[in-house]
Amino acid sequence: MHVVVCVKQIPDPAAPAALKPDTRTLDRSGKLILDDSDSYGVEMALQLAGNVEGSEVILVSMAPGGETSGLRTALAMGASKAILVSDDALAGSDALSTAKVLAAAIRRAEPDLVIAATESTDGYTGTVPVQIAELLDMPSVTFAKRVTTDGSTVTVERQTEAGYDDVESPMPVVVTVTAGVVEPRYPSFKGIMAAKTKPVDVLSLADLGLDPAQVGGAGARQEMVDVADAESRGAGEIVVDDGDGAQRIVAFLEQLKVI
Amino acid sequence: MERIWVLAESGEQGPTALTLELLTAARSLAPTVEAVAWGTDTAQVAATLGEYGAAKVYDVGDLGGALPGAPVATAIAALLGAGDGVPDAVLLPASYDGRDVAGRLSAKLDRPVLTNITGLSARDGALLTEHPIFGGTKIAHARFTGEGPGIYVVRAKSFAAEPSGGGPAEVVAAPAGDVGKTGSAKIVARHVEAATGPKLDEAPVVVSGGRGLGAPENYALIEELAGLLRGAAGASRAIVDAGWVPYSHQVGQTGKTVKPTVYLACGISGATQHLVGMKGSKHIVAINKDAEAPIFSVADLGIVGDVHKVLPALIEALKSRS
Ligand SMILES: Cc1cc2nc3c(=O)[nH]c(=O)nc-3n(C[C@H](O)[C@H](O)[C@H](O)COP(=O)(O)OP(=O)(O)OC[C@H]3O[C@@H](n4cnc5c(N)ncnc54)[C@H](O)[C@@H]3O)c2cc1C
Ligand SMILES: Nc1ncnc2c1ncn2[C@@H]1O[C@H](COP(=O)(O)O)[C@@H](O)[C@H]1O
Repeated sequence: MHVVVCVKQIPDPAAPAALKPDTRTLDRSGKLILDDSDSYGVEMALQLAGNVEGSEVILVSMAPGGETSGLRTALAMGASKAILVSDDALAGSDALSTAKVLAAAIRRAEPDLVIAATESTDGYTGTVPVQIAELLDMPSVTFAKRVTTDGSTVTVERQTEAGYDDVESPMPVVVTVTAGVVEPRYPSFKGIMAAKTKPVDVLSLADLGLDPAQVGGAGARQEMVDVADAESRGAGEIVVDDGDGAQRIVAFLEQLKVI
Repeated sequence: MERIWVLAESGEQGPTALTLELLTAARSLAPTVEAVAWGTDTAQVAATLGEYGAAKVYDVGDLGGALPGAPVATAIAALLGAGDGVPDAVLLPASYDGRDVAGRLSAKLDRPVLTNITGLSARDGALLTEHPIFGGTKIAHARFTGEGPGIYVVRAKSFAAEPSGGGPAEVVAAPAGDVGKTGSAKIVARHVEAATGPKLDEAPVVVSGGRGLGAPENYALIEELAGLLRGAAGASRAIVDAGWVPYSHQVGQTGKTVKPTVYLACGISGATQHLVGMKGSKHIVAINKDAEAPIFSVADLGIVGDVHKVLPALIEALKSRS
C-alpha cells in the first residue's frame, strides 16, 4: 500500500506573521517548518502503513526555495521518501493552483491512500485536499477522527455537527485528519540520522508538465484588495483577584441583567 | 449582481441557521436568490427556504448515503453547464459538507474559491469579501478577478438571518446523475452524541474552559457554571485535542463561532484561532492567572487570578442567590 501524505512546510507560527506589501500574500521567505497540522497525518500514515504488509509512506510537499526542513522532520518520524515541488513560478499560488501541483506530484507516487490535514495552520482554506481528490478522480472523506484500512477499503469516523458518521470508501481515496487524532511520535536519534539520506525528489513545474501561466501568481484569479485594522474592542477593566474576583464577575453579570 | 445561489444545508430541524444567514445575505446583494438542496425532504424545507428569500430550490434529491461533496458539486456543475439562469455567485456554508462541495466544485469548474468569509459587499459591480486575518486583528478584503460565478465559503454568524416573508420556493429536480468514483464514499452509520441544555452556537451565555483548568475533571466546574447561567459549555481546542471534552464543544476557527451576550473564558490563553470564534461576543469576561495573556486584550472584564479559586467562589455566589 502506498500512503501519500501531503505535508505543508510553513513559517514558524510562533514568529510574527507578515504579509508581503506588494502582493499581500503571506511572507514565506524565512525558514520553514513542518506544519503541526500535518504531523498528525504523518503519524496516521505511519500507523496505517504499519498494519498492512509491504506498505510505504511517501511525502508530498510544495514549498519555495527547495525547502526540505519540514520534510526531514517527517522523514525522521519514519516516512521513506519525499517528493518536493519547488519552482519560483509558484509564488502566490491560490488553493486550486496548489492542488493542481500537488495532484500532479501525488499521481507519480501511485497512491492507494492520500492523507492531508483538514486545514493548514497558515493558509487554512481547508479546500486543497478535496480539490486534489477531484483532480485525481478519487472519493474523499474529510474531518476524520479515526481511520482504519485493510489495504482496499478505508473506514473512517467522520466528525459531524451532532457527533460522527461511520464512512466507508474504496481506495484510492483522500482522507483529511483533524488535529489530535493520533499522538505524533518524536523522531528518534536514529530516525533523524536516517532521514538525512532518505531520497527527496525535487521537481519543477516543467518536470510535472504543468504550465507556469496556469498556476502561481500568474494563474491566480483572486486578489487581496486591501487590508485594514479590525475595529478593536474598547479597553476593558483588568483587575487582579484579591479574593473578590468572583464578586466582580457577579456584579458585571448583574449589570448586564444576565442574572 | 443579478442572481445568487446558496447551498442550502438541512439538519433534523430543517435548514441550518447558517443557510438562513446566507439566504438573507444573498437577498441584500441580488434580486434573485435560488437555493441548491439535497436529501429526502426538500419539498418540506422549500417552505422555510422561500420564507428567507429563495425563489427556487434545485433539488439534488436523495444521495443514497453518499457523502454530499461529490454528488452535490456534480449537480451544481451540471446546472451551470446547462447555461440558463447562471448565477453571479455561489455561496456555501463553512460547514463540513459545505466545504467539501466548494472544493469539488472549484476543481470541476476550474475556478478558485474564497474561504473563511465573514462579510460580503458589492463594490463596482463586483462582490467584495471580508476575511479576518491574524486572529481578527486585521480585516482583509478580496475579490475574484477571473470569470464568474465565484465560489464563496462563508463562516457562521457573519450575517443575521431575517425572513423575507416569501412563499414556498419552487422545487426543481436537479439530480446529480453519474458521479463515478468520486461519489463512492458512503455513510454506513450515524452517531449522535447526547446533548443537554442550549446549543453552543445559540446560547446567550457561553462558559468556556481551556488548558488552565489543569485536569479533565475540572471541566465539571465549567459545566456547573454554564448550567447556573442557563448557558452552554465551550472549550478551547487544546482540551478538545487532549480528549477532555468532545469536539462539539470547541470554539474557534475550526470549531464553532459564537456570539453570545456574555462569553466567559476560563484558563484560556486567547490564541488567534480561538479569538476568531468568540471575538464577536457582546461582552467578554476572562479569568487567567497570566496578566499578559492575549485573551485580556478582548475582555471587558478581566480577572487576573486562579480558576481553581475564582470558579468555585463564583459558583457558590450564584447558588446562594437562587
Ligand atoms: C489550524 C489551527 C486551528 C486551530 N483552531 C482552534 C480553534 O478552533 N479553537 C481553539 O481554541 N484553538 C484552536 N487552535 C489552537 C490554538 O492555537 C491554541 O493552541 C489553543 O486555543 C490553546 O488553548 P488554551 O488557551 O486552552 O491553552 P493554552 O494556550 O495552553 O493556555 C492556557 C492558559 O491558561 C492559563 N492558566 C494556567 N493555569 C491557570 C490557572 N490555574 N488559572 C487561570 N489561568 C490559568 C495560562 O496562563 C494560559 O494562558 C488552532 C490551531 C491551529 C494551528
Ligand atoms: N503547499 C502544500 N504542500 C503540501 N501539502 C499542502 C500544501 N498546501 C496544502 N496542503 C495540504 O492540504 C491541507 C489543507 O491545507 P489548506 O487547504 O491550505 O487549509 C494541509 O494541511 C496539507 O495537508
